[in-house]
Amino acid sequence: MNLLTLAYKNLKRRKIRTGFTIIGIALSTWVLVTLLGFNKGYEQSLNKDIDAMGFQIVLTAKGCPYEAATLMLKGGTGLRYITESLFDDINKDMEVSAATPMLMHAEFDPYKGENGGTIVYLGVDNKTYPQMKSYFEFLAGNWFKNANAREVVLGYEAAELEQREIGDMMLLTGSEEEFTVVGILKRTGTQDDGMIFLPLKTLQEVFKKQNLLTMVGIQLQKEVNATAYEDKLYEIPDIQVVSMAQVKNTIISLVKSAKVIVFSIAFIAFLIAVFGVLNTVLMSVFERYQEIGILKSIGALPKHIFAMIWGETILLCSGGSIIGIVFSYLFADISENLARLFLPFAPNGSLIMLSPEIIITAFTAITLTGVLGGILPAIRAAHIRPLEAIRSDN
Amino acid sequence: MSSIITIKNLCKAYQRGSETVNAVNNVSLEVEQGDIVAIVGPSGSGKTTLVNILGCLDNPTSGELWLNDKKIFEAGLSLSEKELTLIRRQYFGYIFQKFFLLPTLTIKENIMLPEVFGIKADISEQRAAEIMDLLGISHRAEHLPSELSGGEMQRVAIARALITNPKVLIADEPTGNLDTKRTEEIKNLLIDLNRKQGITIILVTHNPELAQIADKVLFMEDGKIKE
Ligand SMILES: Nc1ncnc2c1ncn2[C@@H]1O[C@H](COP(=O)(O)OP(=O)(O)OP(=O)(O)O)[C@@H](O)[C@H]1O
Ligand SMILES: [Mg+2]
Repeated sequence: MNLLTLAYKNLKRRKIRTGFTIIGIALSTWVLVTLLGFNKGYEQSLNKDIDAMGFQIVLTAKGCPYEAATLMLKGGTGLRYITESLFDDINKDMEVSAATPMLMHAEFDPYKGENGGTIVYLGVDNKTYPQMKSYFEFLAGNWFKNANAREVVLGYEAAELEQREIGDMMLLTGSEEEFTVVGILKRTGTQDDGMIFLPLKTLQEVFKKQNLLTMVGIQLQKEVNATAYEDKLYEIPDIQVVSMAQVKNTIISLVKSAKVIVFSIAFIAFLIAVFGVLNTVLMSVFERYQEIGILKSIGALPKHIFAMIWGETILLCSGGSIIGIVFSYLFADISENLARLFLPFAPNGSLIMLSPEIIITAFTAITLTGVLGGILPAIRAAHIRPLEAIRSDN
Repeated sequence: MSSIITIKNLCKAYQRGSETVNAVNNVSLEVEQGDIVAIVGPSGSGKTTLVNILGCLDNPTSGELWLNDKKIFEAGLSLSEKELTLIRRQYFGYIFQKFFLLPTLTIKENIMLPEVFGIKADISEQRAAEIMDLLGISHRAEHLPSELSGGEMQRVAIARALITNPKVLIADEPTGNLDTKRTEEIKNLLIDLNRKQGITIILVTHNPELAQIADKVLFMEDGKIKE
């Protein structure tokens, strides 16, 4: 037998107390691991989301919603238009590497869902749009054959909702015409999943919006300063400029303030857990005053008692944090949903990313705190004099 | 000089409020190697205080203490806790009225506990087996203390004290918690240890029958020895 085994057997004596202490440490490890994982995951997912937009800058008419979700909430109203000539001007700019015109159109469909709902069409240019959204993958089929085709491409969820397959004909709500389904997209986790895509020209014609656009997506040349170009765009009257960099910064600063709060809570949880351990060990030192005295009388030197008590603290902390790490893997989904509940904006994709570095960091932080904190009760125990201990019950 | 422990003019005073209690008051004494010495006397007369000093568990206030020819205590000389521990390891085994066994260790582990503290000397499975045999607790080796009777527990405590091969066994009321039959067993055991292994025994007891086994009986009263 060695001192560590002895420490372990000592912990077994008060199973319930040891158990609670370990659970405390495990919970705070869980929080720590999850937060570190969140720190990493959130920004990655956000970047991915924003890259997935495909454009660096979106132009809309002033006051016009550029998100399909907002449009649906407003029941398909609130759309304003910009003209195609504006798009042509922008397309000629030297700073622009690519631009794509889009027309969003919403129709109320009384047969959608239980109480009816809004259907959103997006008219896109069959050449430039697929290029910008090059990460789109097709479950089946492909983009439209030409700019005037009577064809539709369905987002993943739209296809599920409409229950359509490639080659099916479908009547577009709000028009009298039938269209052929030529492509179904894979899930992207963005608003595009619910969208019905049409060739821009076709949409303009069918819904009588000739020469009108709702949005222009812009990609800039690599060397162009995005802020400077945005400033230039602001000079165009009645135009709203939405830059993805801005959106990202706004979200990140929102999340930052939430993070500060969460980190302080985690820090407090961590302190409570560590004090819990110190309390447990100190208490057990006082309880075993006599016993430690006896160990000394049978030859234990202060260093042995120190090592034994220190070992108990370290075992509690390392054991607890290993359990906490297992927790964080097992309950990753729960943590993820909790995080979504508290966040001002949650991107798609996983918010919490656990990695070996995070696990090692959390384990080391907690065990190290135990190692340092454990010194105090260990010193206390090492200084117990055999005689005082033996006598202390009379 | 064959005396293993020698004390000269030993005093131990405790401060109790403003009053000074002379728990051991100017005691001189020699303990011969291989003797059994019993210390008897009324409660509060200073027996425990005296044997704790003899066993180097406590410092005297004044006077001298020698182990063989080595001076351990005198006024102005004080050994560090570590030096004292090393002396204790080399000379003494202790048993008390309470047994102080570790509840989560088996009997064998309890007995071999000193090994954990780096006392190599003679500690081995084999020696542990011999001692358990001698004390009649071999069949209990893998049991936990809670499964033993009081008499058995005291024998385990004795085994733990013996495993380091001490020269002197200090026993402060070893049968205080035991009934007559168990007391008789422990008594025979102590006689055996003394005869067969030559261990010096210093015994504090209230039990006149146990005191009978001593070569020398010291009667203490008010911190003084009256022979
Ligand atoms: N740590 C202490 N502080 C103050 N007084 C003490 C201390 N230890 C012992 N005494 C006092 O010293 C005296 C001797 O005590 P001691 O324990 O040596 O007696 P004892 O003969 O062993 O008694 P008993 O037979 O009851 O065990 C008592 O008056 C006791 O109250
Ligand atoms: Mg006593």
